[in-house]
Amino acid sequence: MRSAVIVFPASNCDRDAAIALAKITGREPLMVWHEETTLPQVDFVVIPGGFSYGDYLRSGAIAARSPIMQDIVRKAGAGLPVAGFCNGFQVLTEAGLLPGALMRNKGLRFVCRPQTLKITNKTSMFTKAYKDQDEITVPIAHFDGNYYADDETLRGLRKSGQIIFKYVDNPNGSINDIAGISNKAGNVLGMMPHPERAIDALHGGTDGILLFKSVLESMR
Amino acid sequence: MSVPVKITPQVVAEHGLSENEYALICERLGRKPNINELGIFSVMWSEHCSYKSSRRHLGKLLTKGERVIQGPGENAGVIDIDDGDVIIFKMESHNHPSYIEPYQGAATGVGGIMRDVFTMGARPIANLNALRFGEPDHPKTKTLVAGVVHGIGGYGNCVGVPTVGGETNFDKGYNGNILVNAMCVGHARSDKVFYSAAKGVGNPIFYVGSKTGRDGIHGATMASAEFDDDSDEKRPTVQVGDPFTEKLLIEACLELMATDVIIAIQDMGAAGLTSSAIEMADKGGVGIKMNLDKVPQREPDMTPYEMMLSESQERMLMVLKPRKEKIAIEIFEKWDLDVAEVGTTTDTGRLVLTHQKKKVCDIPIAPLADDAPNLDRPFTPPATHDKLEHDPMFDPNERGSSYNSVLEALLTSPDICSKRWIWEQYDRTVMGDTVDSSQSGGDAAIVRIHGTNKAVAITTDCTPRYCLADPFEGGKQAVAETWRNLTCVGAEPIAITDCLNFGNPERPEIMGQFVYAINGMNEACRALDYPVVSGNVSLYNETNGQAIPPTPAIGGVGLIKDLHKFKSISGAKAGDTLVLIGATEGWLGASLYSQIILGFGRDGKPVYAPPPVDLAAEKANGDYVRRLIRDRRVNAVHDLSDGGLAIAAVEMAFANKLGFTLDAQNDVPNYAWLFGEDQGRYLLAVEKNSVNPVISTAHSKGIPAQKIGMVGGSQLSAAGGFDISLRDAHMVYENWLPDYMAS
Repeated sequence: MRSAVIVFPASNCDRDAAIALAKITGREPLMVWHEETTLPQVDFVVIPGGFSYGDYLRSGAIAARSPIMQDIVRKAGAGLPVAGFCNGFQVLTEAGLLPGALMRNKGLRFVCRPQTLKITNKTSMFTKAYKDQDEITVPIAHFDGNYYADDETLRGLRKSGQIIFKYVDNPNGSINDIAGISNKAGNVLGMMPHPERAIDALHGGTDGILLFKSVLESMR
Repeated sequence: MSVPVKITPQVVAEHGLSENEYALICERLGRKPNINELGIFSVMWSEHCSYKSSRRHLGKLLTKGERVIQGPGENAGVIDIDDGDVIIFKMESHNHPSYIEPYQGAATGVGGIMRDVFTMGARPIANLNALRFGEPDHPKTKTLVAGVVHGIGGYGNCVGVPTVGGETNFDKGYNGNILVNAMCVGHARSDKVFYSAAKGVGNPIFYVGSKTGRDGIHGATMASAEFDDDSDEKRPTVQVGDPFTEKLLIEACLELMATDVIIAIQDMGAAGLTSSAIEMADKGGVGIKMNLDKVPQREPDMTPYEMMLSESQERMLMVLKPRKEKIAIEIFEKWDLDVAEVGTTTDTGRLVLTHQKKKVCDIPIAPLADDAPNLDRPFTPPATHDKLEHDPMFDPNERGSSYNSVLEALLTSPDICSKRWIWEQYDRTVMGDTVDSSQSGGDAAIVRIHGTNKAVAITTDCTPRYCLADPFEGGKQAVAETWRNLTCVGAEPIAITDCLNFGNPERPEIMGQFVYAINGMNEACRALDYPVVSGNVSLYNETNGQAIPPTPAIGGVGLIKDLHKFKSISGAKAGDTLVLIGATEGWLGASLYSQIILGFGRDGKPVYAPPPVDLAAEKANGDYVRRLIRDRRVNAVHDLSDGGLAIAAVEMAFANKLGFTLDAQNDVPNYAWLFGEDQGRYLLAVEKNSVNPVISTAHSKGIPAQKIGMVGGSQLSAAGGFDISLRDAHMVYENWLPDYMAS
């Protein structure tokens, strides 16, 4: 599987994402600078975490208007699998690829901790490899992770199985404990937790590996 | 800021220069300085930049060792960790700004120390911070804690460097002067270390990073004076940080460093453009000519004085190889950073500045740097205190209290309680290599060297109440405790950085604290072969004549050669035997027990001598524990420090979610056994069949070792002492700080 990681000014989990992709897909991902206008031929794109543009204006807002995002929006619309973690999730909502918005945490503090998630859709292309596992623990590290969407949007998310992960013990005030969602077609995932930091027993645990394996399996 | 043009005695005094110093400037120049020159001399000769009170004493410290590549004198220290890898690290204070404006003060402290590290070619891989706040009841404390922690997180999280450890104390002695000491550790390849000495003549000097504004003018001078009630008015001298620019600057500098165009590079820290230009020129023995019209400016109509003294953040100065400028310009433009050629190196040995076609400064560089005042301030030896002898009335049961309530009082004391509220606001896992951090409650953070099977262990330490009672023993202890912390995870301790926070050196008793603390540190460094490679001195931490407790904060770095063989506070199993390494006399003087429970050292009650560190025993015990870890003889290790054996055992229980029982003993009174703070001790969890060899080998080496209890169950229980459920103890331990911050 060929993959790409998008690099914005002040992305800071681009390396974490690249390590995870290299380890699980067996191929180094392409690192794509935000000023590029065309995405290279790849099977999977990761929008990494970080503080793109220093989170100025609103987190993810400026990055969502980068040249590369226009091509990503186009290709995601045509079915290209895209995942955004943390700041990447914020970029995807700002770019309109995912519904809702991410507001400041309820406690008004940055929060970094190992977080348990309930997998609420195990048939998605990002979760199908989890099979018997209902819960995973992966690191979270964010200030703006408080997901919000209006009732109608939430109904739509539920109906189409777009809620992929929910928090067990909500750390940020997200509505309905939502930690990660997909688009209606199921090829775009956004989540605040960091599965790419959970691929190594010495570091953040190994519960993130199957997320990447799920994508890999879906390619076959 | 209005800039007077005429130099009057009042203007000289406002620049923090004495009459003698002003006379010296006139003598060196052969004329009177203009206002720009006066400003430049004043910051370069400020305590903060010149170390004029401390230099002669710092010179005594051990700074050389087998693994030392660069000791003090550069932006940061450099040590060898084999295979062509080096670690570059330093700790620095940002105390005065953090008290006046906690968020920006702390944030720019983190930014500044990271620049010191990546200036030398290293990618920052870990941040730590040592924080001291006033007593919890002081009206400013809560706001300062919230602001400082938010600032550290706000900067470090955005830049994407994990904040992996540190320490926090609360004490009345810091009510008017908090301490914010930030440490950064970076990794580089040994053939890609960059230094600050400008070399050659006619080489271009480049300015990169943020534009220069009017913020932070005279910050270095502020850091060289005491506070009074009007200190809040100094807020305009606090710099404003932009972590976004810092992140771009790191990536741009590292990208440029991968090419072959840099001759010298220096960040603009305290005293901004002035000190960076002068340090580079002085170290390289060259002169510098700069055209200030070329300096990227944030605001219109900036004067030479403002530009030279601004402490705007996220700026660097570089000397490049001629005809390679284009490579640098392309990289910095890619990262949307300002880049400008502002001058050239010369052979005049002078700093010559022009502005709007006029020469506005022309001074010889040598007197500014090397010939800066080097004072021999008078000092008085610190008072000595008696040893606190055991007394049956010290026993909780004799005091109408109980061991359970004493344990609870210690677990909810601000120094011991869980600091989760603080470290959960720091991203500890970004970069993918954090093996252990504050999260485990262990002794040292562990950060893997990317792509290898080795790691660095990092810790910060100082026990201010020991230093106040005895600066010499306290200085020794601070160094020894970092060595012990690194040992606890199986690391080979390599070197330290020091951040020496003291009061006004013009007072002989404060100077005495400083000199004795350094002497104590030095004794420990030499006995443990554990040199100082970088550091910083922060004096004048006083408000209205009230000095802080002497606080020589030490940051230690060690090497774990094989990540399959490290240990930590977690890893104990039910049924493991608890083994205590090191001698226990039950030393109570200056212990937390004596302060919190017995009230000594507070409200006029006497101070007693702190526990002495026997450095020979320290070394023998530590070397033995490291060997046990290497030979996989132990499951978990924790050192004994604040609160003694009881708190060490409880912390290990929390980390492992397993209770313990401590056996009865008759060697010392129970309260002293449980809460005494004798030094050089370790608590080990050892599998049953390893216990006898672990103890007998220790004894054959003359190292005290004894079986003291068992791991398991859900109670924390000490024979003749406390008996409390793990869950209850953990709850009070976790709740104190969040409850306080929410109150």
